[in-house]
Amino acid sequence: MRGKVSRRTVFAFIGPAVIGLAMVGIAPLLYAGWTSLHFFNLTKLRRVKFIGLDNYESVLTDPVFWEAMGRTFALLGTALPLQIVFGLGIALVLHQPRLSLLKTLTRLSLVLPMATTYAVVGLLGQVMFNQKFGVVNQLLGGVNVNWIGDPNNAFIMIIFWDVWQWTPFVALVLLAGLTMVPVEIEEAARLETRKWWTVLRYVQFPYLVPGLVAILILRTADTLKLFDMVFTLTRGGPGSSTEFISLMIQRVGFRGFDQGLASAQAIILLIITIVLAQLYIRAFYKEV
Amino acid sequence: MSGNRRGQVWGQAAVLVLILLLCVFPFYWMVTTSLKTHVVALEAPPVWIFEPTLENYREALFEDGVLLTLINSLIIAVVTTALALALGVPAAFALARFDFRGKRDLWFWFITNRMVSPIVLALPFFLIARNLGLLDKHVTLILIYLTFNLPIVIWIVTDQFRGVPYDLDEAARLEGASQFRIMRSICLPLAMPGVAVSAIFSFIFSWNELMYGLILTRNDAKTAPAMAVSFMEGYNLPYGKIMATSTLIVIPVLIFALLASKQLVRGLTMGAVK
Repeated sequence: MRGKVSRRTVFAFIGPAVIGLAMVGIAPLLYAGWTSLHFFNLTKLRRVKFIGLDNYESVLTDPVFWEAMGRTFALLGTALPLQIVFGLGIALVLHQPRLSLLKTLTRLSLVLPMATTYAVVGLLGQVMFNQKFGVVNQLLGGVNVNWIGDPNNAFIMIIFWDVWQWTPFVALVLLAGLTMVPVEIEEAARLETRKWWTVLRYVQFPYLVPGLVAILILRTADTLKLFDMVFTLTRGGPGSSTEFISLMIQRVGFRGFDQGLASAQAIILLIITIVLAQLYIRAFYKEV
Repeated sequence: MSGNRRGQVWGQAAVLVLILLLCVFPFYWMVTTSLKTHVVALEAPPVWIFEPTLENYREALFEDGVLLTLINSLIIAVVTTALALALGVPAAFALARFDFRGKRDLWFWFITNRMVSPIVLALPFFLIARNLGLLDKHVTLILIYLTFNLPIVIWIVTDQFRGVPYDLDEAARLEGASQFRIMRSICLPLAMPGVAVSAIFSFIFSWNELMYGLILTRNDAKTAPAMAVSFMEGYNLPYGKIMATSTLIVIPVLIFALLASKQLVRGLTMGAVK
């Protein structure tokens, strides 16, 4: 019996949301698709003309695009393993019995970094990583490291901030996995062995897999989105050392004024996102 | 043996305190810097003990117009959240209660919207808004924020509606209640916790957003994060004032995040992690 209603009733409930989302979420994409097939420069709007797939050809043969992609995955490839190692460590400490008040306080403090406005994290980076009056150099024992002005250091600084902001997320996801392990099974395992590693590998790990898959896909999507924090901290510089993919597209479209080329880059980014979303729904929404 | 045990507890406590300090320290530094005068903020190496002043807050709020941008951010975040709830709650009810084709495609679409980089939509939205004369208007941001708010509201509320026993619907239908009546009078009151959490999420995401605010506003509808960034122009940066503005932006977000802390991970993963 459940759920047998007329098409009209279904539409009355879901139509407004679908139409609303289509207007703000799909119509612009169609327009971006149109723009991507044209020569479309904001400073030469009289000369807009159809050029077929030329913009896509330019993107795919453009070293700047591939370098930005490479940089984005270099960030993901260094930050994510660190987040998983630290996050798992934090989750295991929080999973221990005892000290429940301190654990609650720590768990609450973990919520703060990931909720913080990305732009504020970037601005805070300007203050804390400043070469002269920054507290980071002071805490490192009065060293004189130029974090923001040196290409390699700037990249390391972005990794540091990304790890600071998102390790708590990884930790809480993995902690949720650890609490799914049935208590009897975990206790039985601990009677068998005193090595925490063995318990983690053979008893807890299977319960962590779904969380790890979610982390992998979401962190990939979020790194492809990364803009606010880096823009406020380095604007992609110095040079192009921290120009990740979303920053690069923003520069081409709004500082280079080439909307046609930027739209083609954006559509390619969208295709990658669709693949990620497809993987995510296959992994987690079997029953929908 | 018991000495060993005690050592373990101390070790565990030390690690927990370290994690806590690492999470909180940047906020401590933000707040203390916001209470420093311009001269003290630029001292090298930085000072930890100084005479605090609220001068940065006064200047930022009332002389530089941060107050107006906070009001803009508030209006935009509240209205877009209300709109997301108005559109999203009925949709969530349909997804939880009715069987129809294309459900899976809808989920897929929502998740894509949750993941897509804002720059993908910012490019065409800028051109469209420019052609329609909608640049620097509150309504433009209110609408574009729906692209991430609506999916999150629909997801969380659908999940909550699924937890409301179906027998209640059945009983009400025998009494002759319409589907709309069932949603409003029976399921919605029971789903209120989920609605509240989804509203908090929607508010946080909208309030935190920078890129659209930067590209689609200039003065009248400028949001607080975009304002904070505009202090970064020039040579002699007013770091104390920048941190004062940052503190004002972050406080409401942190309060809301703590209120919803139990559901935060579930929401951020769109329910993949319980």
